[in-house]
Amino acid sequence: MWQAAHQRGKRMSLVGAAVKRKEDPNLLVGRGRFVDDIKLPGALFMTFVRSTEAHARILSIDTNEATAMPGVVAIYTIDDFADLPTIPGLPPEVAPLHRPVLAKGTVRFVGDPVAVVVAEDRYQAADAAEAVLVDYDPLPVLPSIDTSLAAMADPEGTRIYPDLQTNALPIFPEEPPAPELLNAPMRLAQTFINNRCSAVPIEPLAVIADWAPSGLTVHATFQAPHHLRNQLTLFFGIPQHECRVIAPDVGGGFGSKICFYPEFFLAPAISRKLGRPVKAAQTRTEAMLHMHHGRAQRNDVEVGFDATGKVHALRVHTYQDVGSYPDPTGMGLGVLTSWMSCGVYAIPVAQTALTNVITNTTPVAAYRGAGRPEASFLIERTMDMIADELGLDPAAVRYTNFIQADQFPYPAATNPEAVFYDSGNYPAALDELKRMMGYDALLAEQTARNADPSQPLMGIGLSCWLEIAGFGPNGSLEGFGHLGSWESAQIRIQPDGTAIVSAGTSPHGQGNATAFAQIAGDAMGIDFDAIHVRFGDTETQQQGIGTMGSRAIAVCGDAIKKASVQIRERAVQIAAHMLEAAPEDIEVSADGFAVRGTPAVTKSWADVATAAFQPLQLPEGMGAGTLDATVFNEVPNFSFPSGAYGCIVGIDRVTGDVNIERYVVVDDCGTVINPLLAEGQVHGGVAQGISQALYEHFTYDENGQPQTSTLVDYLVPAASDLPSYESGRIVTPTPVNSLGAKGIGESGAVGAPPAVVNAVVDALSGFGVRHMDMPCTPEKVWHAMGQPTGSN
Amino acid sequence: MTEVNISVNGAHTSAEVAPRTLLVHYLREELGLTGTHVGCDTSNCGACTVHLDGQAVKSCTVLAVQADGFAVTTIEGLQPAEGMDYHPVQQGFHECHGLQCGYCTPGMVMACVALLDENPHPTEVEIRTSLEGNLCRCTGYQMIVDSVLWAAEHAPAK
Amino acid sequence: MIPSAFDYIRADSAEAAIAALTEHGDEAKLLAGGHSLVPLMKLRLASPSVIIDIGRLSDLSYVRDEGDHIAIGAMTRHRDVEHSEMLAAQVPILAHAASHVGDPQVRNRGTIGGSLAHGDGASDLPAVILALGGKLIVQGPGGTRSISASEFFQGFLETALEPDELLTEIQVTKVPNAGWSYQKFNRRAMDWAIVGAAVVHGAGHTGIGLVNMSTIPVRATAVEEALAGGASIADASALADVGTEPSSDLHGSSDYRRHLAKVLVRRGLEAC
Repeated sequence: MWQAAHQRGKRMSLVGAAVKRKEDPNLLVGRGRFVDDIKLPGALFMTFVRSTEAHARILSIDTNEATAMPGVVAIYTIDDFADLPTIPGLPPEVAPLHRPVLAKGTVRFVGDPVAVVVAEDRYQAADAAEAVLVDYDPLPVLPSIDTSLAAMADPEGTRIYPDLQTNALPIFPEEPPAPELLNAPMRLAQTFINNRCSAVPIEPLAVIADWAPSGLTVHATFQAPHHLRNQLTLFFGIPQHECRVIAPDVGGGFGSKICFYPEFFLAPAISRKLGRPVKAAQTRTEAMLHMHHGRAQRNDVEVGFDATGKVHALRVHTYQDVGSYPDPTGMGLGVLTSWMSCGVYAIPVAQTALTNVITNTTPVAAYRGAGRPEASFLIERTMDMIADELGLDPAAVRYTNFIQADQFPYPAATNPEAVFYDSGNYPAALDELKRMMGYDALLAEQTARNADPSQPLMGIGLSCWLEIAGFGPNGSLEGFGHLGSWESAQIRIQPDGTAIVSAGTSPHGQGNATAFAQIAGDAMGIDFDAIHVRFGDTETQQQGIGTMGSRAIAVCGDAIKKASVQIRERAVQIAAHMLEAAPEDIEVSADGFAVRGTPAVTKSWADVATAAFQPLQLPEGMGAGTLDATVFNEVPNFSFPSGAYGCIVGIDRVTGDVNIERYVVVDDCGTVINPLLAEGQVHGGVAQGISQALYEHFTYDENGQPQTSTLVDYLVPAASDLPSYESGRIVTPTPVNSLGAKGIGESGAVGAPPAVVNAVVDALSGFGVRHMDMPCTPEKVWHAMGQPTGSN
Repeated sequence: MTEVNISVNGAHTSAEVAPRTLLVHYLREELGLTGTHVGCDTSNCGACTVHLDGQAVKSCTVLAVQADGFAVTTIEGLQPAEGMDYHPVQQGFHECHGLQCGYCTPGMVMACVALLDENPHPTEVEIRTSLEGNLCRCTGYQMIVDSVLWAAEHAPAK
Repeated sequence: MIPSAFDYIRADSAEAAIAALTEHGDEAKLLAGGHSLVPLMKLRLASPSVIIDIGRLSDLSYVRDEGDHIAIGAMTRHRDVEHSEMLAAQVPILAHAASHVGDPQVRNRGTIGGSLAHGDGASDLPAVILALGGKLIVQGPGGTRSISASEFFQGFLETALEPDELLTEIQVTKVPNAGWSYQKFNRRAMDWAIVGAAVVHGAGHTGIGLVNMSTIPVRATAVEEALAGGASIADASALADVGTEPSSDLHGSSDYRRHLAKVLVRRGLEAC
């Protein structure tokens, strides 16, 4: 469609257009290339023997029967890897927490890898893994924050890491309550549990390592290939140029593919030992136990306010369950929660404390939103509880407390030295949401329906949420173990006038190849179809940070724009020289370069790009290969997407079944590069957020046995289980990058759960229900309603 | 080992397989048709959906020996419609952004093709109900529904 | 994900299947549609050393009007039960319940015989067959016998089938004029029922089968008797959980299940 517009002589802007994706063709016809699709000659298959105990000493591992089975090449335990370091990421100060590549003496969660079986194919590996006999001496199990902290109260209580002498890692200590809280006319206290979830990308974890004499090549389903390459070279003590990491097509990540898993280090080690490529590809059940979980946070909140609904002070203690082998990202989740606990509200005094708690469970790390869904949940539930306490409209309480549009940059009360909200218009987003919902009419409808016993109970829930995205300013990602917080982009123009853009991010469904080509196409003037964007291979891009923290457009897109501007400037100089005109008189389009006033005289992009390699054709001061620009883009600040979501539920008065009747979203992500892609991200995030609120919960029993380790019991919803979404938008561009774009990848997951729970609690307000933890299952709702029998 | 003869995307294939070989592994490992994906081990996710004897099935829950003597169509076997680059369902997914990471897509497309074969003009509710056996983690499903509606509207009349 | 190894026998007739069962006894399992058995094998919750594939016994796939009853071949796929015009007219609850089994892909493969022979009290069709008072025709080395639905389900995944017997046919009375309703309460559309109620009531037939209220499918006999004695729907359905032993698990406590049984039976009766 943009081509047609171009042919009519007009140039339609690519940025802002719903351009269809470059990524689709291969994926649509089954020619995608995911890790398990790749077959290397001679490759072996590795699979883990996993602990069936949540906490135990390993007494013995008997591999005799398994080693003799067909196709088995080797079976290893930690003793075979005594020369290997621990998995990288945590600082030296917490050395006892450094995770070995296989369990060493003790297993700490069900699923903890104890041994690795290497066989000719996955069928043989599965048979042999079953035949390995492990003898355990069980230890007391601490499967939750509560049990782990309770053990701390007893000097003889279980310490999951005896050398650490504690299960609790205080990050921000608690301070006494501020006078503004103690003196507030009214106070509320509530504990909010943010339920443990699993990211469940449809593609489970997989990696292939091929260590040849010339070096190591790793294909990994991962969100940050350079990060993995950098750490692999340190881990094995090899130079960077001897290690190549490729993230081919990646089947979803949602944060669970940023962390380092044992197989990323074991597969190369085994490949080196055996001289053959080694593939590891998990089953779903393995992935449910092994891939890091998300959320699993408890927030103890106290809020002081007055009769107008104005908040005077907020106090939050965040307890983050970091699981059994704390991950650097997992350790930082609560920091983000702390920063973002005030949300979109001007709260004069905010006190936050954070304690990371070690438990005998799967480690917890980033999952879409990574600490911010927890923050938006606690503050948005708190605002509703205040409204409920005062008998005020929840929208009114929000308007009373919003940060206003003229108050940016706004220092967050939780960390005024370091966290500055960039831009936003929170009242306008709520105005737009209310308009789209028909809010006032809904209130009237609710009164009528709830008075009619034959109608489902109706609930209306709002979520005025804030996100922190566009990771990030210098220092922000280094804290999570990354090389930097910048992002890199390189643009090269080939002699035929086409552009190759190499980006340091590593997408897994976001459509960056399309969006980046839109940005580059507009900024350079080159045809969208003449731009090829590539990522995910350390061979083609010197260094990159990766895709996480909703940063690709904000940080990498900005890099691409800057590189594009450089290319365009140089190309114009060359064209001006060729056309014997002044650079300021050159007009650029996908057709090429023309002199203003004499449109018939042109040079194509191919002409100019060829000339760029031919010094005799170039102006003074320019040399061959000049149409090549690399930018390492540093951004001055995070960006802060925001929005207002509304949920309307109907609750069956007898069974407690919750049905979402409408779900309305208003997003502010600043400048929108591609509305189709932006909306797709919102839909996906909202679906995961609704699912957390109603369906998903990864649970353990008192012995640390997982109860939801398959998709039969861990309830990822299908199309028939979710509503459709009504999407709206407001736009407040960000000043932190040249695009004005804030990012949107995690927004849906941040904003969606509170709207659902607020709606459920609203529907049940007649029963005196003040709060309900997620997921709001029918049985929970039934209990909250007083277990009605429906026999009246 | 058992011999199987399965017509896949119109081509005759034959191999000796262990009877426990899942059809999805026969397609992926034996034939190298890696478009069909594995996403779970409890028959929930539908990423492995192919057509067996003209009907959508979960190839992870069918043994290759059960498909012996029958015809299988995988994502690689879909044919473009006249005037389109792809089968109308694939074209619809492209028009309406029905895919993001693409991992669930082959199975999702094959399920949608089967739906439209049986019900050429489904309602939104019928589409969602028909896809209750296919999980997607990226799209939130709405654009998948839009894609099927597009395909239903634009597919050449049979 | 990977089943254990097994020996594979393909039966080309019911007799051949029975002969193979006789030879291998407890070590063998029949494979029909495979959508009860293969999932168990992939998790290695079942590891039979012999599989007897009866998937090609197309002679056992039919829906026939036998005068006073409808006969359904054991190999009839759920999908064909769902779309059978004859069943829609004569035994509509069965066609409707079949549409609730799993998802469309599962229904294209799973068979009514496989589902009933699997004997899972959480499955949809066993409760429906109970409510209809059906008969199951079973063939063994010694000949054919008929087992009433009420005697067929004996324990968790245990039926009256002997190790050397093959379920060949299901017979259900025609109930074209009876009211009916299949009430299935679950979280996601593809899930097993947390609780389900198959209700047939009217034109002289009353049968209520409960899904997932015990290890075996059970009839809500207390409800049926109360209705026969003239009780109101509300009063009768309050007895829905009598004689049941619902479990408490991840998806519902036994108390909640008891409550759901009463609600679903009541709603089913009101819909009749």
